[in-house]
Order: sequence, then C-alpha cells, then structure tokens
Amino acid sequence: MNHIDFSLVDWSRAQFALTACYHWLFVPLTLGLSFIVAFMETIYVRTGNEEWKRLTKFWMTLFGINFAIGVATGLILEFEFGTNWSNYSWFVGDIFGAPLAIEGIMAFFLETTFVAVMFFGWNKVNKKFHLLSTWLVAIGSNLSALWILVANGWMQLPVGMKFNPDTARNEMVDFWSVLFSPVAINKFLHTISSGYVLAALFVVGISAWYLLKKRDILFAKRSIIVGASFGLLASLFILMTGDGSARAVAHHQPMKFAAMENLYVGQQNAPLAAFGILKADPNAPGHKKMDFRYLVEIPDVLSYMAFLNPNAYVPGIYDLVHGNPEHGIISYQERVDKGKIAIDALGSYKKAKAAGNDSLASASLSTFETNYPHFGYGYYANRDVHELIPNIPVSFYSFRIMVFLGIHFFALLLVVLILTLKNKIETKKVILYTALWTIPLAYIASMLGWIVAELGRQPWVIQDILPTIAAVSQLKSSSVQVTFWIFAVFFTALLIAEISIMVRQIKKGVAS
Amino acid sequence: MFEALSLITLQQYWWLIVTLLGALLVFLMFVQGGQTLIYTIGKTEDERTLLVNLLGRKWELTFTTLVTFGGAFFASFPLFYSTSFGGAYWVWMAILIAFVIQAVSYEYRKKPGNFLGQRTFEIFLVLNGLLGTLLIGTAVATFFTGSAFSVNKMNLVDLTSGNMPVISEWKGPAHGLEAALNPQNLLLGLAVFFLSRVLAVLYFMNRVDNPPIMGRLKKQLMINAIPFLVFFLAFAGWLMLSSGFAVDPQTGFVAMEPFKYLHNLIGMPLVAILFVLGVVGVLFGIARPIINFKKCHAKGIWAAGIGTVLTVWALLMLAGFNNTAYYPSTYDLQSSLTIANSSSSHYTLTAMSYVSLLVPFVLAYIWYVWKAMDKKKISTEEMESETHVY
Repeated sequence: MNHIDFSLVDWSRAQFALTACYHWLFVPLTLGLSFIVAFMETIYVRTGNEEWKRLTKFWMTLFGINFAIGVATGLILEFEFGTNWSNYSWFVGDIFGAPLAIEGIMAFFLETTFVAVMFFGWNKVNKKFHLLSTWLVAIGSNLSALWILVANGWMQLPVGMKFNPDTARNEMVDFWSVLFSPVAINKFLHTISSGYVLAALFVVGISAWYLLKKRDILFAKRSIIVGASFGLLASLFILMTGDGSARAVAHHQPMKFAAMENLYVGQQNAPLAAFGILKADPNAPGHKKMDFRYLVEIPDVLSYMAFLNPNAYVPGIYDLVHGNPEHGIISYQERVDKGKIAIDALGSYKKAKAAGNDSLASASLSTFETNYPHFGYGYYANRDVHELIPNIPVSFYSFRIMVFLGIHFFALLLVVLILTLKNKIETKKVILYTALWTIPLAYIASMLGWIVAELGRQPWVIQDILPTIAAVSQLKSSSVQVTFWIFAVFFTALLIAEISIMVRQIKKGVAS
Repeated sequence: MFEALSLITLQQYWWLIVTLLGALLVFLMFVQGGQTLIYTIGKTEDERTLLVNLLGRKWELTFTTLVTFGGAFFASFPLFYSTSFGGAYWVWMAILIAFVIQAVSYEYRKKPGNFLGQRTFEIFLVLNGLLGTLLIGTAVATFFTGSAFSVNKMNLVDLTSGNMPVISEWKGPAHGLEAALNPQNLLLGLAVFFLSRVLAVLYFMNRVDNPPIMGRLKKQLMINAIPFLVFFLAFAGWLMLSSGFAVDPQTGFVAMEPFKYLHNLIGMPLVAILFVLGVVGVLFGIARPIINFKKCHAKGIWAAGIGTVLTVWALLMLAGFNNTAYYPSTYDLQSSLTIANSSSSHYTLTAMSYVSLLVPFVLAYIWYVWKAMDKKKISTEEMESETHVY
C-alpha cells in the first residue's frame, strides 16, 4: 500500500474547513440582507419617504461591514482547491473549474461593480439607477451562490462526466446535467433560503434590541415587518427544500443518511429518531459504534422521508459496510476490491498504450470502465473499511439541532410578525429577548447544515470516486499547519474587528 | 458555433482570455501601487483619507479580476492550477494573505471599534501593495524562467511504492519561495511594483482636485518611472537574450532553444506590434504629464493603462504561443506545461467559450459605471459630504 501522510490530509482538511467556516459566517447575511435592503429601497423609491432611505442606508452600512470580510475569505477558498487539493484540481478540474470561472464572470463583477454604486452613488446617479444597482448586487451575490453550490452539489453527486483514461481525469460531457442535478438545485435553494432566514433573524433581532431599549421605535418596527415577512416566506421554502435535500441524500449518499440517523441496521418502515442521546457501544470492535442512551421515535417517518413510502427499506451503516444481498447492496470490501481493480486496470492500460499493445490496452480499459464506479474505494485497499464511515455523533446531533432550530425560527418569525402587525410587539419583552438571542442561533443552525453536508460525506471529496487521501497536495504537513494558524489568527482578528464595528454601528442607531 | 473549432484553437482562445485577464489585473494593480503611496503623497489625515477613498472605489474591481483570473485559469488550464498552486505553495499563500488583509482594510480603517486601529489597517494596505505586486510579478516571471517540478499522471495509480498518489510534485525545497531568489524573476517583480506606483500616480492625477497633492504626484511620477523603466528594460532585454522552452508540436517534446522568446516575437508579428504599441503607450502616458503638466496631467492614465494591458498581454502570449511551454519545469523538461497538455477538454472549453461571450457585456457595464461614478474630481473638502467614507 502506498504511504499516506494522514497528518497532511487532516491539516489540509482542517485548513479548508477553517476557511469555509469563516467564509460561511459572512456569506448568508450577504445573501439575505442584500434583498432586504433592496426591498427597503424599493419602498423608499415608491413612496419618496426619506425615512425609508435612512433605514435602507442603516442596513446597507451593516451589509458593507459584513461584505468585505466575506470577499476576503472567499478568495482563499477558491485558491485552496489548488494549493491544498492539487490532485483534485486535475482529477475533476475539467468539470469543477467551469462553475468557478462562470461565478467570476457572471456574478462577481456584477456584485463588485454595482456595490460601488450602492455605497457611493447616492448623490451621483439618479434614484432609479441606484435602486437597480441595489437589486443587481442582490442578484449578483445570489448568482454567485448558485455557481459555487452547483460545484459543491456536483461533488456530492458526480454527474454529466466521463473518465478519460488518456488524460487521467474526469471530463465533462453534459453541462446541463451538472447544472440541473437534483442535488445541486436542492442545495442551492436550501442554502440561499437559509441565508434569507439568517438575515431576517439578524434584522428582527437587532430591531428587537432597539425596541427593548425604547429607541428608534418606528424604524425598528418597519424593519421587523420587512425582515420577518421575508424570513417567514423563506422559512417555508427551507422546509420544502430541506425535505428535498434529505431525499437526495438518501438516494445518492446512503452512508451520510444512515449516519445522520445513527441507523446501523437497515429496516423497512424505518422510524425517524426525532430526539435521541447517543452513547458509545463498548462491545463493538474495530470502530466506534454508537447506541442510543435515550430515543424518541416516530414510526415509518424515516422511510417516508427518504423514499416517499412508509414501507420503504432504508439501509443502515452495517448494510453498507458489510453488504446486504437481499437488498442488492454490495459490501465496502467488495467495492474496495473493485476499486483496486479499476486503479490497476488504469495503470496497465497506460502501460499497454505506451508499449503500443492495443489488445491489452482495450482489455484493460474495459476492466477499468466496469469497475470505475468504485474507483475511489481502491485507495482503501489493505486498510480498515470502517475508515469509510463518517463521524456519527457529529452528523446525528448537527442534523437534529439544525432542524429544531429551523422550527424555532419559523415560529418566532410568525409570532413577531403577528405581534408587530397588531402593534403589540413593544410590550412583549420575552419575545423581544428571544429574538435578540436567536441571532447567534441562526448562525449555529446555518453552520450545522454545512457540517452535516460535508462531514457526513467523509471521506469523499467526490462521492465514491475520490477520497481526501488521494486528493491532497504533496506538501509538508508542517507547512499546512503553519498556514492554518496564520489564517486562524488573521480570520479571528478580522472577525473580532467585524463584530466590534457592527456593534458600534448598531448602538449608534438609525436616527444618527 | 464554438463546437466546430479544433481543440488547439479553443486552447489558444482560452490562453488569450486568461492572459487578457492577467493583463487587466496588472493594470488594475494601480490600486496596490497607490496603497504603497498613501504616506508618501498623503501628508495629513485628510489627504490620506482622500487617497484611500479614491483607491477604495476601485479595489474590488482589482480583487474581482484576480478571483476571476484564478477561476478562468482553473477552468481552462487545470493542470496549471494543480501544479503551480499546490507546488509553489508559499508564494501563493503569501499572495493570498496579502490580499486577505486588503479586503477589510478599506471598510474598517475609519470605523469606530475597529479593534486593530486605523494605523494597522493602513499598514495592511501598504503591505498588500508591496507584496501583492512584487510577488505576483515574481510568480509570473517563472512562466519564462521555469520552476522545479514533475508531473506524472501514473502516480494516481501507484498503490505500491512508498509515495503519495499525487500527480504534481514540487521539487523546489522552499515550495515556491525559491522563485524570489532568481534575479530575473525579481526584476519582473520590481518592474511590476514600480509600474503599479506609476499607474497609481497617473490615476490620482486624473482624480484629485488638490494642489499640494498634485505637486507631490508630479515628483513621484519621475521617482517611480525611472526605476520602473530600468527594471522593465533589464527584464525585457534579458528575456530576449535568454533560452526558452520550445515544444515540438507533433510529439510534444520539450527542448531548450536559444533566443526562444526573441524568435517568438519575430515569429508572431501581431504580438510584436502589440508589444511595441504597449510599450509606447506606457511611455507616452508617463511622458505626457512630464512634458505638459497643465494640459495633460489627467490624461496619462489612459495611455499608460492601455499600454500596460497590451504589453503584459503580449508578454504572456510570448510565454504560451508559438510552441512554447508556458509553465516550464527545470527539473524535468518533459513535465513542462503547455497550452496543449494542460488544458480542459474540448467540451468544457466549448461550454466556457459560450460564457466568454458575456465578457464584452461585463466590460461595458464596468465602463459605464466607472464613467458615471467618476464624473467629478474629488477634493478633501468634498470628502465630508460623501455618504459612505472609507
């Protein structure tokens, strides 16, 4: 077996995760707040009421503070595909690079150009052009989300491509199936709507603080109405797309799905673990198996959620690892063997080709193609197949906390909107405090969504095709450690600056 | 429409686009050059604020061009992305860090509660200007001087040796920092650094309505133009005399060829014309304010800007066209990257080519907005009436 520097792989993953997490602290607010300010400015342009203009400008200032740091972390992410995942960049660059380039050409320039008008153009361009610019910023930032999420969706469900043995990489054969892959579309819609809800909760939470402080009251109520209405609609959308996302995971990433549910033994009429507390199973050798210390189940719901059929069979972790012939599931060990056959066949194809032995080349190619769907498993030859199981407790808890928080957000936004419309919100201190303290919860839920999606699919960079151990750049682990800590220090310092500036601006208030 | 083109035509088309983005980036790095001048030209707090705000309206354009350059390079020549970024790790990381600290500095500089203090964010801007230009110039020079790396796609199927299954391996011990020790690379790095300052001076001349600043700008133009010319001419001269990495178009075999880049210049008259026009444009742009300051001080930026784009574009064409390896390996010549062996597939290049049709539209709205926003010159007094100040 080839030598794998696990420390390098882990630090490279840590660095990418660090950058992605910091990036995601800023992006969802940009996605949602850009629309909220566009709504507010539209009201200003329609009514000509200067107070709406001031309101728009207040939220725009907060938008600007948040925007810059999202841009900075985004640059690093883009280049880290190359710096830390160089094999990946070649192996799937033919497909993955395109959305990144389109993102730049189609979305980033739109955002950048018109964000300048949005901030500096109030006295330089006419009202309508300014409003158009604000909308274009919102559209641009959401378009950029589309392309990067298409790229991420493709990593979860690699479609529209074919492996070319001569270039030793995957090549795109169908752009539209990459763009419209069900995973990509669900992921895009679910992610942007989560950004809208986060931004709505941000606006509602800060407005609640003003109401608690009994200042800027009219501004606060107006903001709540715009923010909560938008957030409420987006919440409904999250429920729908979350359901779609879960189904896509069940179909295409059964191990992630089983991990999210801590489901070891597959079953028909599978119940949903609505609430549960895990404990390690001391009797499970070789790997960390989790049992339930405490569990509340809802019968049949998991089967229904996964396959829209309460009687459907949902495979468990053991079925996937050890195989289940009854349900046509082959074991991981078989997949590892087939993957190794594919890797070896590719090697012998290349050698035969170089030696001019056409018959051997075509035989090797045919062996390769038959076994290609298992290619990535081949890198686990002579390793413990249990390494292919993702972290169960993290997946299980992250998913549940995200869903519970999502329900809380919906209820809160509904209550806040109704109370505001009835003009009773000011007296409801508990609700106002809840709204304020829901701001950090919105960030937690948003981050947990990514943790489920990304940790749940480990060890795959490209599902079934390329594991992290074969995707990484050949660097010294110590180099990556150094850059990890440099980024950690910088990002943290900038985050502190961002929060501190944000708090000052909020305290300054709208009226000033 | 693009489907009908041959693979090599698409590769050439994409080399043109990627290098054009690179050339535009070098021009737009006047923002970086300007950042290194905020203390030299801005003597008071108000003056510095004026300069920072003038640059602050454009910084995102430079930044976005860098991001798009990266994305377009990835999409069209992914083997470069994996080989160079994953190999010359420290140079790219240094460049990235230099840009991270820039992105927030404008927005946070003056804001109350900014944690690190105004001075720190200004130093970030200076550092970004210095490192960004110097290191990008140095990194681009390796397109001509080469780096030590190997590319072996068979590594992917190597499950038996003691190595990681990684295709591109860097052989330089310092993972890219060794590039900064090569004097020829440094020449280009310094040329880009001083060019960015020259362009910044010309940009400020075009935008500022403030006599004391204008006086200092006049002085700084000469101070930066002379070292720029020295370093640039030294690099260009060295390039014309040096051997290059020639590719046999039939076999893909790479060999050293004396005077390769001179041969490329002679062999591609159109590129030679662009190069000459570019150099003349830059010189003309610098000379105008020097010769007739009163009438022409605002006009230098256009000739010098367009000249910069043309010169850099032509240089990068010399690196990649006419059967030349654009990212040569000095460790193993046959590992060198050419536009033919490092590109995306015909299908992907075709799809991307359709997307490239958006580029003129993008340039048009950037131009429109630039004109709309920069109608009036700015003075320190006017900064006070601005609604959003950096």
